[in-house]
Amino acid sequence: MSKTITIDGKTIPFMDGQTIMDAALAARVYIPHLCHNPEFKPHGSCKLCTVKANGRLVSSCTMPACEGMEVENGTKELNDERRDLVRMLFVEGNHLCPTCEKSGNCQLQAVAYCLGMMSPRYNHFYPQREVDASHPDVFLDRNRCILCELCVRASRDVDGKNVFGLSGRGIGSRLVVNSCSGRLGDSDFAVSDKAAQVCPTGAILIKRQGFKVPIGQRIYDHKTICQVESQGKTGGEEDE
Amino acid sequence: MTFELETAANPENLKRVVIEPVTRVEGHGKVTLLLDEDNRIHQARFHIVEFRGFEKFIQGRPYTEVPVLVQRLCGICPVSHHLAASKAMDMIIGARLTPSAEKLRRLMHFGQILQSHALHFFYLASPDLLFGFDSDLARRNIAGVAAAYPDIARQGVALRKYGQEIIRLTAGKRVHGTGAIPGGVNKNLTLAERDLLLKDIGQMIAWSRDAVELIKKVYSERTEFHNGFGYFRSSFMSLAREDGALDFYHGGLRARDEHGQDIFDHLDYSHYWDYVHEEVKPWSYMKFPFIRSRGREEGWYRVGPLARVNNCDFIPTPQAEAERRVFKEFDGGSATQATLAYHWTRMIEMLHCAEGIQELLHDGDLLGDDLFSRGERSLRGVGVIEAPRGTLIHHYRINEDEQIVRANLIVSTTHNNQAMNEAVRQVALQYLDGKELTEGLLNHIEVAIRAFDPCLSCATHALGKMPLEVELIDAEGKEIDRLVRNASGACGV
Ligand code: SF4
Ligand code: FES
Repeated sequence: MSKTITIDGKTIPFMDGQTIMDAALAARVYIPHLCHNPEFKPHGSCKLCTVKANGRLVSSCTMPACEGMEVENGTKELNDERRDLVRMLFVEGNHLCPTCEKSGNCQLQAVAYCLGMMSPRYNHFYPQREVDASHPDVFLDRNRCILCELCVRASRDVDGKNVFGLSGRGIGSRLVVNSCSGRLGDSDFAVSDKAAQVCPTGAILIKRQGFKVPIGQRIYDHKTICQVESQGKTGGEEDE
Repeated sequence: MTFELETAANPENLKRVVIEPVTRVEGHGKVTLLLDEDNRIHQARFHIVEFRGFEKFIQGRPYTEVPVLVQRLCGICPVSHHLAASKAMDMIIGARLTPSAEKLRRLMHFGQILQSHALHFFYLASPDLLFGFDSDLARRNIAGVAAAYPDIARQGVALRKYGQEIIRLTAGKRVHGTGAIPGGVNKNLTLAERDLLLKDIGQMIAWSRDAVELIKKVYSERTEFHNGFGYFRSSFMSLAREDGALDFYHGGLRARDEHGQDIFDHLDYSHYWDYVHEEVKPWSYMKFPFIRSRGREEGWYRVGPLARVNNCDFIPTPQAEAERRVFKEFDGGSATQATLAYHWTRMIEMLHCAEGIQELLHDGDLLGDDLFSRGERSLRGVGVIEAPRGTLIHHYRINEDEQIVRANLIVSTTHNNQAMNEAVRQVALQYLDGKELTEGLLNHIEVAIRAFDPCLSCATHALGKMPLEVELIDAEGKEIDRLVRNASGACGV
């Protein structure tokens, strides 16, 4: 008999070494997340996946599952906290959904909708963030970066290139590019890299593709991210 | 240009009347009148109040974003901006549109003009036309029209909805969709969508016909009044197809003077700045474009329905063409320069849209899936289109990294800037000079402006409407009288 945990009362099997998130993803139970993508090592930074495991708040993407663990996930209390986290992400960057080509395919937007965030609550920071268009095939718009480090992990662990990294602290944190000029065009980044495919928002975009997918055929046009993920599609998959 | 109302030597000694904002136009505008003790008018000006640094905002953005981004300039004619920008981007990526892509865009554009003209005529203009310019304010609005002429109001709503439905099916959403992309479109019509539109098009043509009949009847019942209201003569500018046909989507620039003589024709718009210049005046945010060869004083012109119907040699759909001829020949051609003839020509154009839509819907290319093309990239793109309100110019430069470095937009309402000022002056002279001002009289000024269907949000690249304020201010700057109206036109003191 395999070992099990329960998530909101539903029994879910897991194997040793799996996190709560792993078990949930395998069972197609949606726990909101942004910095997690099962193809990469967990990172535990966005805290959106916070659940209550045996009464204690933990990040489900990093917390190993253990036999009999009782997990609360979809409670009002947790979703209220998550909504607030997403609200903060929206005001920390410059997320202009109406003109963003990732709209409809963006996980940040989809999670916000799914958590019922319909309007901003906090004052926008309107930070000055750099746009880097120097790469011939990829556009890096830091205005939309949520510092999830998925590109950092993909470039380092899959592409073996270390193109991206985070620099600075707290609110000054920013995504940096590992090249002498700091520009993407001067790095060895290629459009075929895994790191070009994983950004959950519209911060890393392939050039000359904008808006080719019509409204109605985008990932989250007809289903919420919760529905999409409970039907087996994993985060970070490319749009087209 | 004539400045017979710029007679104020010491404007500070005169009292000032401000109509702000002008209602039932799209956006926020203001009229100021300078009056002396005897209510004689010394200056009449139409200003645009807001300013939004859109051309700045767009700098640094990737060109692919532009057709979607620029739509946000306007909630009324976003499709025009969407298509003008897409045409500019076609030039940047060196695309030659496939037949399917071009026809789908044309369909979207017809839908847009249909809904915009319907909105303007039925919602914004019909209260004045049906009830009279100084009729009871309480019913001089769309609700009043709905009560007195329920069929007309209902048809207006249905025509508008049909146009919006076309936009939804070609752009993905009724407002601010994404259908056109640099080099083509991102979706075709499915058979089911095509059939859905075909089902009602016969009715739309019939109602558009009725609308032409209605305006013709209203106009000809008081020909002299309608011809003379805010009358002045001017040149006209528009796009025209190579064979001289009316074409909203593409063509060469054509300008004709007040006698119908060519100033220029078949001009390649990608060098529009060789022919059209823009002048800045200290009292208005909006620029004043003029035809270079005619100079600053004489070079102003009108654009929009009246300009297009006057300028074209024919309309390529039968019913609208028949109506064009009726219009041109009406009363010995007397309506062709009339301010209020904008309404009439607007309805002829709406009929053309409906007929054009029907023609397109029978074209199999709408269902095709060869939707995109690309050629050699260039760093500059100009897109020009005939928007509902007139010629719309979008001009962009990109850098090697494919970011926008410069943008210049000349919107329809800006082309008409001088002409609207002229209309305001004429009406002020005709109706207000030396009279005690009343709401009804002030509305005459608004009627003249409204004939152009100005979109002030486009013109200033600003968004939103504001409540109305009319202030009467005396020489010392003291407020003598004040009228407040909300956006629907209801009035209070
Ligand atoms: S660029 Fe995208 S993937 Fe990289 S850290 Fe920012 S949001 Fe995450
Ligand atoms: S998904 Fe677990 S902390 Fe971001």
